[in-house]
Amino acid sequence: MTLNWKIGGLMLGLVFFAAVLLVKPIGVSTQFVILDGIAADLVSPDLVTQTDEGYTSSNAYLAKSGGKYAKSVANPLNYSLVFVIAMVLGGFVSVKMRGGLDKAERAMPALWRANFGDSVAKRNIAVFVGGFIVLYGARLAGGCTSGHMMSGMMQTSISGYLFTAGAFAAAVPVAMMLYKKEA
Amino acid sequence: MTSIILAIVIGGLFGFVLDRVGATNPTIIGRMLNLTNLSLAKTILLAIGVGSVLMFGGQMLGLVNVGHMSVKAAYVGVFIGGLMLGAGWALAGFCPGTGVVAAGTGRKDALYFIAGGLLGAAAYMVTYPSWKASGLLDSILGGKVTLGLVPGSKFEAITALPGDIMGLVLGLGFIVLAFALPDRLAGQPGGAAQQPAE
Repeated sequence: MTLNWKIGGLMLGLVFFAAVLLVKPIGVSTQFVILDGIAADLVSPDLVTQTDEGYTSSNAYLAKSGGKYAKSVANPLNYSLVFVIAMVLGGFVSVKMRGGLDKAERAMPALWRANFGDSVAKRNIAVFVGGFIVLYGARLAGGCTSGHMMSGMMQTSISGYLFTAGAFAAAVPVAMMLYKKEA
Repeated sequence: MTSIILAIVIGGLFGFVLDRVGATNPTIIGRMLNLTNLSLAKTILLAIGVGSVLMFGGQMLGLVNVGHMSVKAAYVGVFIGGLMLGAGWALAGFCPGTGVVAAGTGRKDALYFIAGGLLGAAAYMVTYPSWKASGLLDSILGGKVTLGLVPGSKFEAITALPGDIMGLVLGLGFIVLAFALPDRLAGQPGGAAQQPAE
């Protein structure tokens, strides 16, 4: 059961406001880098190292901006990572309260099925590729739908507008091309 | 410890609400992006507007700490990255936040999204030096700037206008836009397809 946009938009706006009131604007995509860093640091412990001033890394991306990502990798129990884990739990509680998803929907969404048939492998490959492009793009942009589009435009940030223009300029034509059948 | 509790409460609420507005369902994302059902676009516009009005209004009343603002830098890569994210978002029906929450709602394809995302983020970590060297990550339009100068904030502005009043006005603009946006821009109005599939 999807909320009416007036109630849903109000609730979502209140969450974004609560975040900036109490802590900082919401952002998600950085945590994919932090998770990668944690995994890579387990395999090769030299990846992130402690310095006199804080943390640094042999990876230039983790070391940038004074090693702030390296620091998060070294201290996984931080606000931003716990925030993303809590999001998963929030989704779980919500879906249980609305009766859960049926088996077909858990495998793939109805709109995909209507346009591309019910091959699970096809759907999973497409989504894997999509995930790769989304996160590569988000890290290149320095944020995603949460950090740039919503938190960014909410703060009248120029970069938020720039990102949103790019995202919709690609997303709308691609979606119109892919999803010709409605579901 | 307080920050961890806040992370659990706000993160949990964010995940819950993202699911309730339909953002975890790629069918609803796809209908928004192919312009056949703009309900979710209205939700997003209203949320940005509400967030903006409360934040800037609260700042003007001295109730909201301006120091909590965090403005990201503008550079050409923001637009290129935005294009990439948009294309993948349309293909998968997930963005980083909604993909993670969708996995929590039991969508198995979302796990493949997260796996692809982890690989994509790792690929960026490895290729970052080339982007850095290309100059596409160099600040444009002033870098970390807002549209107007927000009193008390550490960010520069692109205009000399008062940033808090501008934020309030733009926030109201987003709310008006949410109401003004039609239900759909493409496809057959009133067709059977307008009914939710679930």
